[in-house]
Amino acid sequence: MKRHLISAADLTRDDAVLILDTAEEMARVADRPIKKLPTLRGRTVVNLFFEDSTRTRISFEAAEKRLSADVINFAAKGSSVSKGESLKDTAQTLEAMGVDAVVIRHGASGAPYRLATSGWIDAAVVNAGDGTHQHPTQSLLDAFTMRRRLVGRDAGLGRDLAGRRITIVGDILHSRVARSNVQLLHTLGAEVTLVAPPTLLPVGVGHWPCAVSYDLDAVLPKSDAVMMLRVQRERMNAAFFPTEREYSRRYGLDGDRMAKMPEHAIVMHPGPMVRGMEITAEVADSDRCTAVEQVAGGVHTRMAVLYLLLGGNEPAVTHARTEETK
Amino acid sequence: MSEPNKTLIRGAKVLGGEVRDVLIDGETVVEVGTGIEAGGASVVEAAGRILLPGLVDLHTHLREPGREDSETVLTGTRAAASGGYTAVFAMANTFPVADTAGVVEQVWRLGREHGYCDVRPIGAVTVGLEGRKLAELGAMHDSAAAVTVFSDDGRCVDDAVIMRRALEYVKAFGGVVAQHAQEPRLTEGAQMNEGVVSAELGLGGWPAVAEESIIARDVLLAEHVGSRVHICHLSTAGSVAIVRWAKSRGIDVTAEVTPHHLLLTDELVRTYDPVYKVNPPLRTERDVTALREALADGTIDIVATDHAPHPHEDKDCEWAAAAMGMVGLETALSVVQHTMVDTGLLTWEGVADRMSFAPARIGRAEGHGRPVSAGEPANLTLLDPAYRGTVDPAGFASRSRNTPYEGRELPGRVTHTFLRGRATLMDGKLA
Ligand SMILES: [Zn+2]
Repeated sequence: MKRHLISAADLTRDDAVLILDTAEEMARVADRPIKKLPTLRGRTVVNLFFEDSTRTRISFEAAEKRLSADVINFAAKGSSVSKGESLKDTAQTLEAMGVDAVVIRHGASGAPYRLATSGWIDAAVVNAGDGTHQHPTQSLLDAFTMRRRLVGRDAGLGRDLAGRRITIVGDILHSRVARSNVQLLHTLGAEVTLVAPPTLLPVGVGHWPCAVSYDLDAVLPKSDAVMMLRVQRERMNAAFFPTEREYSRRYGLDGDRMAKMPEHAIVMHPGPMVRGMEITAEVADSDRCTAVEQVAGGVHTRMAVLYLLLGGNEPAVTHARTEETK
Repeated sequence: MSEPNKTLIRGAKVLGGEVRDVLIDGETVVEVGTGIEAGGASVVEAAGRILLPGLVDLHTHLREPGREDSETVLTGTRAAASGGYTAVFAMANTFPVADTAGVVEQVWRLGREHGYCDVRPIGAVTVGLEGRKLAELGAMHDSAAAVTVFSDDGRCVDDAVIMRRALEYVKAFGGVVAQHAQEPRLTEGAQMNEGVVSAELGLGGWPAVAEESIIARDVLLAEHVGSRVHICHLSTAGSVAIVRWAKSRGIDVTAEVTPHHLLLTDELVRTYDPVYKVNPPLRTERDVTALREALADGTIDIVATDHAPHPHEDKDCEWAAAAMGMVGLETALSVVQHTMVDTGLLTWEGVADRMSFAPARIGRAEGHGRPVSAGEPANLTLLDPAYRGTVDPAGFASRSRNTPYEGRELPGRVTHTFLRGRATLMDGKLA
């Protein structure tokens, strides 16, 4: 593994499988009465959030605390893009405090990369979402959920997603989740299809390692997992599509459409779900929808990432057993 | 600066061609020949060097008044002299904006006082660069600064009626409107060239058509009203095709390209290093090839630096927050040698045309862009084309260091610059 996790592209197939396997170990710890590992005792992790995201921050915070890290939450709201110095200033403050890892969420694409490469700071950098660029831990938790459901919790250990057909639907253009997922799922051997109106697909998408379709109904019967992305209503005002109703009719997932999917296929959503727009309540509440499992998997996956970036080379279970015998 | 007196430049290739001695007396070239006696003249031994007419930059940002922390007329003209320039046109997007006779005269006077090169202020097309109301174009022309070039550079004159009126109005005194072609709605939130790389990096795309659609409109407007238009910093293959078509149709259009658009591509943005953030953005290899060919065949008339100095803190941040622009005066000739001369696309005579004769003609810079011959003003640039070295911004005369070439090897080095017979640069050092 590299020293930082900025992009899904930083991960080889073996890196990614190692993270998923480690996340399963972490999940076992969560089933115990004492859910904590001593792994990161004495290490300081900062959650540096320039952009609000309570869900992601809490997920990282839970992961850090279960690994016994000292956690600092730093909400540097808003000011960064208008006043360019604040990221650097903040980084230097953190450097002076001697932090070991920075989990950064930023509205500007590339800010975590810059933080990791500019020499402002020495800590490991974990990208918790930057602009419309990447959200690698989100795609790891998605892959974790898919592997559990499509390959099996124990059967999946050591394995990737070879041959699984994953469909990602919605606002691909503005989605860091889609970018990360296309890369990671490709690395793991899955076949990815993106479905969206042409206005919500990036110009260069033809060069991505995936297929593209404008027709959701044609793709659904061939999907093992369908990931619905959130579509913001503001996009309608910027003429990305005509009306909410038209969008829902063409690209929304309702019960009838879900019925076209194979029996075993799952519905995923990175949350928060806006019921009615891209997904109906019927679909969101069905047991094929994995949104809640994704949240749980997020903590295990982030524990695995932090452990592997900061914890050294021994397998996580060694630490777990040490804790048990104490 | 040394006082003007007699200087003999001995054995330089004039415009890259014949080896000649050039004798300067006072402000003028008095003799060009072979075996000229030094007499009392100081001698510059110039074997192996190339003597060009002093370079003229039609597109420089000097930042004074208002952003003297980035650059001043003094530091900017020192940078110009270091790069072989004897005249620069100073863009109007200062604080206050150069949209009145008062501001353009102030800039012009500062240029005269400091004297490292001639400073020709560019006047804003519209009041405050706001694109709504024509600035007093005539008053700026009639002022001591004698403004001939008008531009809202940094912004596009996107209102077709305002652009039409400006093109018509400046005909009264032979002015030219220099357009920064950027359709504003198509470039909202734009951070880099729109394409494969922007999609991957998640940076807002800046489509080529945003530039091309404005150029297409403006050449048609110029044709319609029988006026001439100059297009700033072409960056796409499509822009080249439109200008080529317009010229073939007889439309009076001229165009410029920057050195960085002749060399760098959007692949560099993968570093997220804001040193590569520039307006218009770095494009693709295909665009670079088209721009080089167009400069070679004369579709693009000139090289202009778009020298855009910014202080360190405006670039030492994340990409989205960083200022757009690069410094260029001190590296322009090296980049042109590297991309155009060493590739066989342009001769040194061609370089003299694109970097001196043509820009002086477009901007009507009197005394500049003249042949190297007896009786002409001694505005001259001497360079050593065999020099090889890496770019070290620590040695820049510019107040700012935002160069994309730090550590890169570039050929050629300007050793001497003469402004009306006085050395502003001597043996690579400012005089
Ligand atoms: Zn411009």
